[in-house]
Amino acid sequence: METIISIRPFLAVLVSLFAVIPIVLSKRHPNVREAWTFGAGAIKFLLIASMLPLILNGKIIEYTVFEVIPGIAIKFKVDPLGMLFALVASSLWIITSAYSVGYMRGLKEHSQTRYFSFFAVALSATIGVAFAANLLTLYLFYEMLSLATYPLVTHHQDREARSSGRKYLTFILGTSIAFILPAMLISYHLSGTLEFSKHGFLVGTASKGVLTVLLLLFIFGFAKAAIMPFHSWLPAAMVAPTPVSALLHAVAVVKVGVFSILRILTGVYGIDLLKSLNLGTLVSYIAAFTILTASLIALSQDGLKRRLAFSTISQLSYIVLGVALLSPKGMIGGMTHIGMHAFGKITLFFGAGAIFVATGKQKISEMVGIGKRMPITMSAFFIGALSVIGLPPTGGFFSKWYLVLGTLQAKQVVMLVVLLTSSLLNAVYFLPVVYKAFFVSPEESLFEEEAKEAPLWCVVPMVITAIVSIALFFYPDIFSKLAELAIR
Amino acid sequence: MISAAQIPIFIVIVPFLAAFLISIAGLFKEKYCQPLSVLAMSVSLYAAVATLIHVINHGVIHYHLGGWPPPIGIEYVIDHLNAMVLVIVSFVGFIVSIYSKKSVEQELPDKIPQFYTLYNLLVTGLLGITITGDAFNLYVLLEITALTTYALIAVGRGRAALSGFNYLIMGTIGASFYLLGVGHLYIMTGSLNMADLHQLLPSLYGSGAIFIAFLLILIGVWLKMAFFPMHGWLPNAYTYAPSSTSCLVAPLMTKVSVYVMIRIMFSVFSPKFTFQEFSFHEIVVWLAVVAIVGGSLFALTQKDFKKMLTYLIIAEVGYMVGGVWLANHNGIMGAVLHILNDSMMTLCMFLVVGIIVYKTKGHHFDNLGSLYKKMPFTMAAFTIGALSMIGVPPTAGFFSKWYLILGAIDANQWEFLVALIFSSLVNVVLFFRIIEFAYYPSFSNQHGDAHGSEKIDEAPASMLVPLLIVAAGLLVIGVFTGKIVTYIIQYTIPNGL
Repeated sequence: METIISIRPFLAVLVSLFAVIPIVLSKRHPNVREAWTFGAGAIKFLLIASMLPLILNGKIIEYTVFEVIPGIAIKFKVDPLGMLFALVASSLWIITSAYSVGYMRGLKEHSQTRYFSFFAVALSATIGVAFAANLLTLYLFYEMLSLATYPLVTHHQDREARSSGRKYLTFILGTSIAFILPAMLISYHLSGTLEFSKHGFLVGTASKGVLTVLLLLFIFGFAKAAIMPFHSWLPAAMVAPTPVSALLHAVAVVKVGVFSILRILTGVYGIDLLKSLNLGTLVSYIAAFTILTASLIALSQDGLKRRLAFSTISQLSYIVLGVALLSPKGMIGGMTHIGMHAFGKITLFFGAGAIFVATGKQKISEMVGIGKRMPITMSAFFIGALSVIGLPPTGGFFSKWYLVLGTLQAKQVVMLVVLLTSSLLNAVYFLPVVYKAFFVSPEESLFEEEAKEAPLWCVVPMVITAIVSIALFFYPDIFSKLAELAIR
Repeated sequence: MISAAQIPIFIVIVPFLAAFLISIAGLFKEKYCQPLSVLAMSVSLYAAVATLIHVINHGVIHYHLGGWPPPIGIEYVIDHLNAMVLVIVSFVGFIVSIYSKKSVEQELPDKIPQFYTLYNLLVTGLLGITITGDAFNLYVLLEITALTTYALIAVGRGRAALSGFNYLIMGTIGASFYLLGVGHLYIMTGSLNMADLHQLLPSLYGSGAIFIAFLLILIGVWLKMAFFPMHGWLPNAYTYAPSSTSCLVAPLMTKVSVYVMIRIMFSVFSPKFTFQEFSFHEIVVWLAVVAIVGGSLFALTQKDFKKMLTYLIIAEVGYMVGGVWLANHNGIMGAVLHILNDSMMTLCMFLVVGIIVYKTKGHHFDNLGSLYKKMPFTMAAFTIGALSMIGVPPTAGFFSKWYLILGAIDANQWEFLVALIFSSLVNVVLFFRIIEFAYYPSFSNQHGDAHGSEKIDEAPASMLVPLLIVAAGLLVIGVFTGKIVTYIIQYTIPNGL
């Protein structure tokens, strides 16, 4: 595979970090301030998109910043998997920023400068993880993301925010220090390198027992992936303003966790080693447990955002499961699910936020008949729900289809049953929300007939992500090609 | 023109002479004392940096005081290790001398000349300990630092005098142990020069007297550095000292003592002796584990920011002692790197405390409310310092922890790894608790002024700028760890490891 040296990945990371300076300086002029966010978002996206053709041609882009410890550099590498994730995160940042403007101004939130600044930092960290070429670089940006999102989660600065913030840090920072740091150093001690590579770097370095424990440290240590029992920070983090929940806790933060696990599976252990030690099965059972349990818990949640959060926990493990199947189709399904789920779930969160801005309602039981009041929002919500359930004509169908094929290819019938059961549960906890929004008699309805939507800044981004979710059904190529390249 | 070979003496002599000059100047015009101190410190820092560069480029410097050759005269030996420590000491001295102006004016308005005279003497003592190649000379300098530190602590109000006295007693006991050990060595070998001792001692390895001498010196040094459970004197002494005193003493005293320990272990004795003849190194690592866990747990129980930090110093001493006694490349590298990183972290934290005291007249947790709104720059620096204490990359603290943990794995001493991780987790709790105090509005406040009522009320520039330099330094040191290791730290590992 041909390697090209280019500074572009590094710039893509830096652009939103440096955008913080003008964002803070223009705090007295909200419109100018938001213009900087959009500017940085556009540049970031274009930088990443400009690398796409090279990656699709089977090339790899690398850039070494410098050796921060003798032998270990801060180094970036753009490969198909990283590109897939970076594309999703950077494109959705622009859309979410537009939504943030509508949401934050609609609710007249305080400290908006702080909000937009840390959002920009969080996106730098996300792209940093996507393009990290070794475990140290990944860890660096992973921690940066944990810290940058703390002020976003605790934005309201009330008691609830404080206790959720504590939970957030305990799980996210606690696991990364207690599990990832030692696991990383043990790996380094064993192999003398931290560089991700096709066949991993742990082959033949230690016994099966040691490698199994190490893998468990990694899987649970990346608690951003919300694999049970390290998931409860995610529902707690729903105290954040909705755009934060939408981009960070449905896309950037949680998928950084999943992405890190994928890197461990494919770049540190390598498919062959996992197969020979039969560790894929272990991971897929861990993921399957989370998928089913989280889906069941989601059923009982009345808070809309909390229900979405448990749905996310379950969907994240789909991605892990897909890759842990170690069959080509399963891996394609898992990797494309990063993108498919992102667009579907962010639409759902945008919907929840729009309802909150327009009506102040957060509980599902209070949303009976809301379809008449907010028809566009609820239609978009319906499309998002279809995608997360995995029904046509949405992108979610594509990744679920591949996941199902993957279980057959790997001859894991149990996992097939898990996937089908979970999809059924998804339908059970999403479709009633939509049904009760539209199909109720006027007496039951809690809302006036007259349509009154959230501000345009909220509605337009939601419509865009809903349309993209449908478009991904007809044109899944962009993600599927990258996924195919990634497993080659 | 002064030749390059003469530069080392300026590191020590300038603050020494400045001490006298300041006490004289204080009789006439008090306002000259602080600028004179800054001037002396900057010359010393410049000379220390020049020396470090010289050592990096040309290797070890031997300087014979007064032209007398060793073992009769006093010899200064400057290698990579103490060249680095010299820069640390003079840098801290320089930063704090700028920073202290407002704080001393507020806390010790009637003792300004005395403060700066003692300040310069203390820095002279610390620099002397670091630069000397003579075991007895080192004792004398230990006493100078002990006496000056005592005075600098005791000038504070309230319990300061008592805490200072406690410090003096324990410090003297420590120094006595050291002197006793050195006496043994002198009787056995007839020499006090470190390099000379290093040559003479191997033939005596196995002798009980040498063994006892080593143990006595070690206990003396451990007392000096507050190695758990010999730490009792430290928390009160550092907590009740005036802000500027604790800013100078807290980052340096324990670190210089760690330096002395390393010097004794490897330059007076040898790795062969300390790790094979003495062969208690695994036990010492366990003691370090106790120090780390104990210091962290005590820190958890504190309700006072400054006191909490003093217990963390005790935990950090465990990091360094444990690292050295892991007896391998990575462990010692981590310990030496941590001398640099921890002194900067501790300095950063105590500078923040000083500012909080200056602005709110206290260092209890209750004084921390809404500080992120009132002092955004101070709190930004605090946050960087806190992340470094926790060990988040790319701050400096992460990288020394990196080497220390690797050393623990290499040595198969997993208890040390667990202790380091435990301490990092405790630090997360400790520092995010402070961040919570400073970030959230006070919920018990009945007036309900939730958001945005506080105005910015930052520290004066003479305090803020030094703090910001140090905080930025934590990031710079972290990012350039590779360079620091390649040019300095790797040469500090003794031969034969």
